[in-house]
Amino acid sequence: MQKGLAAAEPLFQPNYNMSKNQQIIDSAIKQEYEYGFTTDIEQDTLPPGLSDDVIRFISAKKNEPDWLLDWRLKAYHRWLEMEEPDWSKLKYSKIDFQKISYYSAPKKQKKLKSLDEVDPELLKTYDKLGIPLEEQKMLSNVAVDAVFDSVSVTTTFKEELEKHGVIFCSFSEAVKNHPSLVKKYLGSVVPVSDNYFGALNSAVFSDGSFVYIPKGVRCPMELSTYFRINAAKTGQFERTLIIADNDSHVSYLEGCTAPMRDENQLHAAVVELIAHDNAEIKYSTVQNWYPGNPKTGKGGIYNFVTKRGNCIGDNSKISWTQVETGSALTWKYPSCILKGDNSVGEFYSVALSNNFQQADTGTKMIHIGKNTKSTIISKGISAGKGQNTYRGGVKIMKGAENARNFSQCDSILIGDECGAHTFPYIDVRNPSAQMEHEASTSRIGEDQLFYCNQRGVSTEDAVSMIVNGFCKEVFNELPMEFAVEAQKLMEVSLEGSVG
Amino acid sequence: MLEIKNLHAGVKGKAILNGLNLKVNPGELHAIMGRNGSGKSTLANIITGRDDYDIISGKIEFNGIDLNEMAPEDRALEGIFMSFQYPVVIPGVNNTYFLRAALNAQLKHFGKKEINAADFMRLIREKLKLVNMDEKYLSRAVNDGFSGGEKKRNEILQMLTLEPKLSILDETDSGLDIDALKIVAKGVNDFRDSTRSFIAITHYQRLLEYMEPDFIHILIDGKIVKSGDISLAQEVEKKGYSWLES
Ligand SMILES: Nc1ncnc2c1ncn2[C@@H]1O[C@H](COP(=O)(O)OP(=O)(O)OP(=O)(O)O)[C@@H](O)[C@H]1O
Ligand SMILES: [Mg+2]
Repeated sequence: MQKGLAAAEPLFQPNYNMSKNQQIIDSAIKQEYEYGFTTDIEQDTLPPGLSDDVIRFISAKKNEPDWLLDWRLKAYHRWLEMEEPDWSKLKYSKIDFQKISYYSAPKKQKKLKSLDEVDPELLKTYDKLGIPLEEQKMLSNVAVDAVFDSVSVTTTFKEELEKHGVIFCSFSEAVKNHPSLVKKYLGSVVPVSDNYFGALNSAVFSDGSFVYIPKGVRCPMELSTYFRINAAKTGQFERTLIIADNDSHVSYLEGCTAPMRDENQLHAAVVELIAHDNAEIKYSTVQNWYPGNPKTGKGGIYNFVTKRGNCIGDNSKISWTQVETGSALTWKYPSCILKGDNSVGEFYSVALSNNFQQADTGTKMIHIGKNTKSTIISKGISAGKGQNTYRGGVKIMKGAENARNFSQCDSILIGDECGAHTFPYIDVRNPSAQMEHEASTSRIGEDQLFYCNQRGVSTEDAVSMIVNGFCKEVFNELPMEFAVEAQKLMEVSLEGSVG
Repeated sequence: MLEIKNLHAGVKGKAILNGLNLKVNPGELHAIMGRNGSGKSTLANIITGRDDYDIISGKIEFNGIDLNEMAPEDRALEGIFMSFQYPVVIPGVNNTYFLRAALNAQLKHFGKKEINAADFMRLIREKLKLVNMDEKYLSRAVNDGFSGGEKKRNEILQMLTLEPKLSILDETDSGLDIDALKIVAKGVNDFRDSTRSFIAITHYQRLLEYMEPDFIHILIDGKIVKSGDISLAQEVEKKGYSWLES
């Protein structure tokens, strides 16, 4: 009953026009270079293939210390022994990992003079999403006014953050300047042998972000605006590490509602969060990678992500919010280990699969400490031939006295060729646990659409109104400015989903 | 306002209406009565353009426009409103939001400025009073968990807000208690003027006592077999429909 992606397409052939997005990516990378995020390296690209030598090369290019090279190699050797998982509901042809190039220096591309030179289709989408003009320019590599230059914005941010002792930099920079922190925490939440894609990432990760919030500091700003501007820099194998020390607080936003393309079809990121006593980390994601050709499903991004947070300290809290509308395949389970007593884990998710998209996503909440509490709100939307799977696990360990979980998994179907699947796994080893699970599946019915039509509302507006209503609880968790964009993103992503 | 000429129509290929004629002038209220399954709701669905309901032959004109090829939302924007026999629940969509979206679609259609949230609240509070509805219904999802009578009142609230030219009330009186019936009838009566028209589908002449129809039509097997004034409704109430069958 499930229709997979067309299998014939060779996986890593860049079979769509990548120029615009390459420009986006390049411009962002280039600006980082100007700011001196990374060491100066010769521009080149490794031929496809993965081996010890390739990993040594990557590590050497980045001037990494020996311990990190050893760590990468260990991960690589573990990965060689592992099998690609096949338990998800995702259908895709096997990935040939020897066909991927694991190191590619950024190419420079010439700046455009004005938005007139940008693909009008792309601009139309930016407009629909309500992305401000200056940001549109950033995203499409058009020269921008000095005031809005990302370098100056970044500098202002950096100064403000430094005043509070917050460390926010690229992963490579952290390895150089804060090696003891990186060494202490890297792999502490997602060990190298955790899973197939996590191990691959550990072996070959390109770059990513590093955040450290010192004791007692409330991060003075959402770590988001920076990313709106630099969103496109995301590499193929991104690595993120966020540490919130005792009594600190941070809200971090990754991604962008603007459509993102990338010549690399496979993405395998790892994100690790660590919250110490009384600390709180709020991590929000808006993901809109190229979903593939709407008629054939070809060419979309495969997104295999490992995200996990450890509430290591008492009274700590980690909250994941995600809006997943892009990618051909999404394999992603942001999870929380609730180790500290009274710690709290939250997962709010909207996942949309339209046309040929497939999403297998959910969360895992592992209750270890006493009085730990978790909340799961998952909203799956399937349209076209899209397949949406919620996979969630709640585990209450023996010592987790009085643990509580509330799970709510709702699915909505648009049309009759799509599918929604829910797999809640529950493992309770302490009888004092209180578990609550609610689930629902509904279909946007002809009668609802006619009712809206009869009041003068077009079918397209009716669908987005109903879907946005359906997602409200999750959108409410997003930082304000993004909640509005997320709504618009839904509308754009659902365009044409109803005859 | 509305002119239906020798209409043959059906649903999913099954003929339901068999040569129906009806002319509604501005300011008039027409009541349609008939047995269960005689085609009353089908007529309403045909006029409003619901999917699967098709005209086989004949014509429906609304203010001189042929409705046949018109999308349901365009008919609505032109001023055709139906109070549903079974109002639809839309979970997650706030009642106020829904109604404002509908009003704004209309304002936009006529090239007018959209109404902002604050002005809309002021407007809707006025309308709520007319149907004696509590403000708390505004913050709930459209018809979600509404009782039968509350749903019907919500339909009338929408009518009063959207101010259509032609309102088709499909059994709006069914399920209303006597006080609610009076409130709804008053709402409709106050809304009546020389430019608006109404088609009220009902099984009970009780509603008509409050609404003062200009004409009563009896629908049997998809055809209007008899038209008359209020006394026809009273006769039907006493004798049923069999005496009208040929
Ligand atoms: N969507 C549909 N599919 C199949 N048959 C339908 C459909 N809608 C209406 N019908 C049929 O058409 C006939 C007329 O139905 P309609 O709803 O118009 O009756 P009505 O006069 O409104 O009856 P009531 O007084 O019970 O509301 C009935 O036999 C009904 O079963
Ligand atoms: Mg009916």
